[in-house]
Amino acid sequence: MDYLFQILGPLLAGTGVTLQVFALTLLLAVPLGLGLALLRLSHWPLARTLVGGYVWLMRGTPLMLQMLFIYFALPFVPVIGIRLPDFPAAILAFVLNYAAYFAEIFRAGIQSVGKGQYEAAQVLGMSRAQTMRRIILPQMVKRILPPLSNETITLVKDTSLIYVLAMNDLLRAARGLVQRDFTTMPFVVAAAFYLVMTLLLTWGFARLEKKYAVYDD
Amino acid sequence: MPSTTTEPMLVARDLHKRFGEHEVLRGVSLTVGKGEVIAVIGPSGSGKSTFLRCLNHLENIDRGEVRIAGEALVTTTADGLCRYAPEAEARRICQRMGMVFQHFNLFPHLTVLQNLIEAPLTVKGLSRAEIEPLADELLRKVGLFAKRDAYPSRLSGGQKQRVAIARALAMAPDIMLFDEPTSALDPELTGEVLRSMRQLADEHMTMLVVTHEMSFARDVSTRTIFMDGGEIVEAGAPQELFGRPQQARTQAFLRHML
Repeated sequence: MDYLFQILGPLLAGTGVTLQVFALTLLLAVPLGLGLALLRLSHWPLARTLVGGYVWLMRGTPLMLQMLFIYFALPFVPVIGIRLPDFPAAILAFVLNYAAYFAEIFRAGIQSVGKGQYEAAQVLGMSRAQTMRRIILPQMVKRILPPLSNETITLVKDTSLIYVLAMNDLLRAARGLVQRDFTTMPFVVAAAFYLVMTLLLTWGFARLEKKYAVYDD
Repeated sequence: MPSTTTEPMLVARDLHKRFGEHEVLRGVSLTVGKGEVIAVIGPSGSGKSTFLRCLNHLENIDRGEVRIAGEALVTTTADGLCRYAPEAEARRICQRMGMVFQHFNLFPHLTVLQNLIEAPLTVKGLSRAEIEPLADELLRKVGLFAKRDAYPSRLSGGQKQRVAIARALAMAPDIMLFDEPTSALDPELTGEVLRSMRQLADEHMTMLVVTHEMSFARDVSTRTIFMDGGEIVEAGAPQELFGRPQQARTQAFLRHML
């Protein structure tokens, strides 16, 4: 029991790092993903192609590779090359990667709203922007909640990848303790922490789904 | 150009429209005066729905001209170039027309009342205090005031379509377009929708109704138009068209329908 209290400090500190990466990624990748989805569905062929290529690139290579590239290789790229400290580099990689996944979720959600909704809005005199904001996007939210919840839970666990930049997230903190103390107890506690985080997320999304259940399509 | 009382509400001249190889409209012309109720009948695939959708810019024509209360939505130059009004302008012109769809197309995430006031709020910029009394009155008129706070999924097909009619009317249009408004309904539910439409006709709303309801066309319309193969085959007062159809194609269609 004493040991448990002993390791709680470093594990909580690691949880703090994990939560920071999680929250910042979500905060930045969701709007970026929505923007990408709207561009991909726009009437501008170049934007559609570029976003399609972007999504392919980000989903087609490992997140860890992207993170390593931004941290180690980006400084040597001409023109855009900048050297980022480890935390911003990790956030940038997560945001760029997750925005691609979110964009695909948003795109599918927008496309699942029928043509009749656009036509009804049009004959009522609504502009494209009004139609999107008032009619299509609110309906999209209800439809994307399950895949969004899925992706968000994956993000919690993906944050452990930042250990490659030698940052002390929850899992790396636990591993440090395991190697120091020759006991697997820290792993068990870390697992419990992850489970609590995903439980809170699951509960939050369930509440959202319930809120949107007041209407059926 | 401001509208005057002598100006027809709607003028369609020589509309042509093709989907790929298929020529859907082959020179359709129609002038609708204020207060007229026009029923458009004809076999499926005759182009009657497309004709309606071309009038309010849901489809773009390839050639021809559409004027709403004197204002040109689309014109065609002498060398055959089809020119639409700029987007915002076209939207303003088309606002004079309300439309009711076969599949209702209510906004499922909004309550009945919200469906009615959404466009008046966002498009016309009215305040809730201005539009809500009118919305309530329209809901009473179609007999659905009790459903004002229900979501569309809770309504029957006939109720949905009556909400759709009220929603279109909330924008205070001068013309109402109906695209097969009862075709998706169970037979026992068509009556309530037709009653609301008949009431509207009695109030001298200008209406264009694409329909398979022959009795509605015969009893309510001031003029019935028979379309086939992308053109108007025959048009006239309903007693004439139903009583003494002149064209062989009209006769064959009516024999089949009645």
